[in-house]
Amino acid sequence: MTKPTLIDAGPPHAATVVERTQESPTIFTLKLRLDDAAAQADYRFAPGQFNMLYLYGVGEVPISIMSDPEERDGIGHTIRAQGRVTQGLAALQPGDKLGLRGPFGRGWPLQEVSGCDIVLVTGGLGCAPVVSVIHYLMRRRERYGKLVIIQGVRHAEDLIWREHYARWAKLPDTQVLVSASEGAGFWPWHVGRVTELFELANFESECAVAMMCGPEGMMHAAADSLLARGLPESRLFLSMERNMQCAVGRCGHCQFGGAFVCRDGPVFNWGQVKALLAHRGY
Amino acid sequence: MSLGYQCMGPAVENGAIVMRELAAPDALPRGLQTEQGPGHYRLTRDPDNRYFAWANGPQAIKPLAFASQESLWRVERDAAGALQFAAVLPGVSPQAVIGVRACDLAALAMQDAHFLREGRCDAHYAQRREQLFLVAVQCAVPASTCFCASTGDGPTPTAGFDIALAELADGFVAVSGSEKGAAILAALDLSLATPLQIEAARQQGQDAAARQTRSLPGHNLRDVLMGRLEHPRWDDVATRCLACGNCTAVCPTCFCHAEQDAPSLDGHASEHVRIWDSCFGESHGHLHGFSVRPDIRSRYRQWLTHKLATWHVQFGRSGCVGCGRCIAWCPVGIDLTEEVAALTANGGQA
Repeated sequence: MTKPTLIDAGPPHAATVVERTQESPTIFTLKLRLDDAAAQADYRFAPGQFNMLYLYGVGEVPISIMSDPEERDGIGHTIRAQGRVTQGLAALQPGDKLGLRGPFGRGWPLQEVSGCDIVLVTGGLGCAPVVSVIHYLMRRRERYGKLVIIQGVRHAEDLIWREHYARWAKLPDTQVLVSASEGAGFWPWHVGRVTELFELANFESECAVAMMCGPEGMMHAAADSLLARGLPESRLFLSMERNMQCAVGRCGHCQFGGAFVCRDGPVFNWGQVKALLAHRGY
Repeated sequence: MSLGYQCMGPAVENGAIVMRELAAPDALPRGLQTEQGPGHYRLTRDPDNRYFAWANGPQAIKPLAFASQESLWRVERDAAGALQFAAVLPGVSPQAVIGVRACDLAALAMQDAHFLREGRCDAHYAQRREQLFLVAVQCAVPASTCFCASTGDGPTPTAGFDIALAELADGFVAVSGSEKGAAILAALDLSLATPLQIEAARQQGQDAAARQTRSLPGHNLRDVLMGRLEHPRWDDVATRCLACGNCTAVCPTCFCHAEQDAPSLDGHASEHVRIWDSCFGESHGHLHGFSVRPDIRSRYRQWLTHKLATWHVQFGRSGCVGCGRCIAWCPVGIDLTEEVAALTANGGQA
């Protein structure tokens, strides 16, 4: 579904904020549209890929694309206001201009796994790269088996898209398991570690595929749980995060062993990265 | 006879050999050697008063293709806030460099592999690289820090040059390595090298290799180093390493660079600039609010294992050409060959 994209090393393409949603006190979503209407119409991405967003005069940041890949009139990015660029992006309002280049990297192997049960495991804001997967699956529900969405957050108030989770949970063959390490009033879901939810997850290990995104410690624990349930390593995937400045495998910051995460990832098979993930500071 | 080239070559600056523009052949420094050791570099006299008896200085040809700082693109913002982006290309003129060493040619080949990767060619690098005419010179007097014979990259240039010279007592033996080089040699009033001179040049290279005392324990250390990521030597070297990044700045194969914005003072424009970066800096592993390599141990390990281990995955060979610069220019004299020996001792068993 993704046509081959030429290397987009820069300069960025001018884009406009068409919609801004405050998801939590520090998390917001920007829907962007390329100013060149033809470029916007031609823009295609695969769930799991990312864009470089450029804030005028400040710099670029890599941001996962969270919108529906079939959506043609805008490209969605959910961002936490954390550093110089993202705090500036947080101040943008509809009509404001910025730069965009992408999409970059390899997304989730969605075509290869049709017919399988899908287990999505996310932690914190890790859900963003996986939300476009959910959109993708919802449009092609008949091609896949059961869908299990497992989301862990540290504090109950960190959970964004609550209404989405509630809506997805009502769909047939779809299970939503949410957990917060620290609960709060009116928290309808589990309180505890996200890995405690795996025993509740309803999927067949023989024909399931897991896709994980979030803090590396959480993904390690989740991988252990999934492998213990009999999921083969070849069907366990994760999205990695590293410092990315060029996004085209040149600047060297995102190297993880011999891989450039921006080019060879950000989605990897667990077997490709598990050995190095075991070493702190690699 | 510059043939339209800007002519670059060795010059003495701040007590070290560097590559600078040369006005005329007599501007070449003559009669210099270098005395190098861990954290040590001094120019000394060459008793034979040769032109190229010096071993490398801190920097040679890397910046000529991979500029240490350059604009990639520029953006202008008008009063309404609209952004206009435009690429900025360097617009360089032909450059000829004399005095390029075999280690630097090997390093340049790796920079080419990185920046000119098929389908992902870097326009800035490509433009500079295309303009380079390289006159290599065999190393006759290696420094104590040199170990190019061990990595297989020197001391005699074998590829990647337009012309290669070997300096003998009675003149130079020159060979061409490209059509451009052959055309220039053909246009000069040269006499054919005698078999004795050719043999003397070969022997000189062999002697220079034999005089090198440092070495790496093999061409491919990937498995042994990746199997020792928790070796106590990483903690040991971290107590000595200052994480200053000198080794990465002088390394002819390091390619990491940061991308930064430089806004104009009036606020109407901004340049997106790339600048050499080092994996020893805290910001290299920066990720939304923390660093994936928070300590010197993990940064030294990243550098060494990239250079000598995971480089094989990326480029099919080690990223070290044995130039020894990281040893000489380390302010605390950390010796890469010594660290590797400690890390790989006992046959690579953990």
